[in-house]
Amino acid sequence: MPTVSINSLDHEKFQDLVRRKRIVSVILSTLMLAIYFGFILVLAFRKDLLAVKVGEHLTLGVPVGLAVIISACVLTGVYVTWANSAYDDAVTRIVGNMKEK
Amino acid sequence: MNEFTSSIGQPNAVSIGFFLAFVLATLVITYYAAQRSKTASQFYAAGRSVTGLQNGIALAGDYMSAASFLGIAGLVSLKGYDGLIYSIGFLVGWPIIMFLIAEPLRNLGKYTFADVVAYRLKQKPIRIAASCGSLMTVAFYLIAQMVGSGSLVKLMFGLPYEAAVVVVGVIMIAYVLFGGMLATTWVQIIKAVLLLGGASIVVFMVLARFDYNPVNLFDAAVLKYGDKVLEPGGLVSNPWDALSLGIALMFGTAGLPHILMRFYTVPDAKAARKSVLYATGLISYFYILTFIIGFGAMVLVGQDVIIGFDKGGNMAAPLLAEVTGGIMFLGFIAAVAFATILAVVAGLTLAGATTFSHDLYANVFRTGRSTEENEVKMAKRATVALGILAIGLGIAFKGQNVAFMVGLAFAIAASANFPALLLSIMWKRFSTVGATASIAVGAVLAVGLIIISPTVWVDVLGNAQAIFPWKNPALISLPAAFAAGWLGSVLVPDEGAEARYENQRVRNYLGVGAE
Repeated sequence: MPTVSINSLDHEKFQDLVRRKRIVSVILSTLMLAIYFGFILVLAFRKDLLAVKVGEHLTLGVPVGLAVIISACVLTGVYVTWANSAYDDAVTRIVGNMKEK
Repeated sequence: MNEFTSSIGQPNAVSIGFFLAFVLATLVITYYAAQRSKTASQFYAAGRSVTGLQNGIALAGDYMSAASFLGIAGLVSLKGYDGLIYSIGFLVGWPIIMFLIAEPLRNLGKYTFADVVAYRLKQKPIRIAASCGSLMTVAFYLIAQMVGSGSLVKLMFGLPYEAAVVVVGVIMIAYVLFGGMLATTWVQIIKAVLLLGGASIVVFMVLARFDYNPVNLFDAAVLKYGDKVLEPGGLVSNPWDALSLGIALMFGTAGLPHILMRFYTVPDAKAARKSVLYATGLISYFYILTFIIGFGAMVLVGQDVIIGFDKGGNMAAPLLAEVTGGIMFLGFIAAVAFATILAVVAGLTLAGATTFSHDLYANVFRTGRSTEENEVKMAKRATVALGILAIGLGIAFKGQNVAFMVGLAFAIAASANFPALLLSIMWKRFSTVGATASIAVGAVLAVGLIIISPTVWVDVLGNAQAIFPWKNPALISLPAAFAAGWLGSVLVPDEGAEARYENQRVRNYLGVGAE
């Protein structure tokens, strides 16, 4: 049975994979942090902005809050889409090579 | 609006009936799961047979506690918009789990997050430290839930507090002892479906009265209670306290042991990824529901009535169910709330027992000399002991204001558990001393600062002025934990750990060698 050997790891491809994943993780995390803490900071320092009316009684805060929730789902979806395609393909190729040797 | 007399507070045949049906169904599942809960892999991780979707639902179930459902709906009903701020805080930790934690956790560990922290470091000190962080988080969360269960049952059915705590404790012990992770997973799934289904029906029935347009509901709320219900209010007045709370909620989610443990029930990292996606979606949906339920209760039940039953507003959702769907619906929602508590405490007890038997017993006391059989036996004994302890503590803390304990659990998770976990995954030079320091500093600061904060020093201990001004310590304790981790690693490096980092990376990113 072919064993997976770390000696036959294609280091260059692996480093590339690691780098790309790190970049994606960091960018998406930063976006989520920015959105969420941006929201918190507005609440803390300029909550009047969220009290602005956008309808007869509806305030800006409600759609903004909803947008924060949706952004969490969207960012998560973006990650999964990328990971399930580009990332997993790369992993399969690298591990496949490791098995052959 | 007419005088509204509610059935809340009297034994309700409908809710008891629904609840018994839930308990019966879940005990049957536990019986079947018992055949498949013999090995360590089965008891701790359901034999890794849970699918991404199932785990996603179970994760959401584990996370949506009665405190969220009743508490947040109640908060929204009394304070309006501010409730949404809490909800958002509870949600945003999940993307962080997805981007930074889920896959590395699954690939590098076996049953607990301590597996990952201790992956290339010295086992004993890390296991002990991580177990302490884990057990502290579980303990505080569990006490809060047990006290909540007693109060809830007393409030809803008029049954004695102690009896309620004992019933919850005994059933939860049965789930975990006989069915392990497999049973608790299915209990979570069933409860999540019931909770989301029930809440959806409440929302549907509320919106039906407003032409299915939520904006009409909000308008009615403003007409009844003024503009302030749609405006951010006093919840985030102090900016530093707000930041601190935000940090605790976001990163604490990624450090909750009973949540992290669920990642080991799926076969691989890809399934772990899927779980988080489903969980995030379901939890988002849930918090949108609770927002509407809160406003529905505000308008259709009225704040006076809600406060009349419970000052914290916890009866808002059940009252709304009764107003829109009568006593049958109230019974259903009440049973769901009770089931929710039961499911969450089962998950917490399993997490505690696993930490005890896998991290402490197998890896510290018996240093790898114990057999799998012994480990599982130990886990089962720990389950019973923990369950009895939980019942005892639930009764001991009767009447105490334990709401701060959930905040404390999150603060500890964010400060003691999360930094060490993240650094261990991502930083090559993270050393054993660094990890131990990080966990210790995080835990001590989180607990210490909360004790001298207004929530404990003033509200619980009765002093005049708090020594520490904010309600939440995470703004201090989390960065301090990261700093301690850095300092400890720089001062006392661990060459063996550095050398093992490359192997860890291969396993982390490629899943090669994952268990």
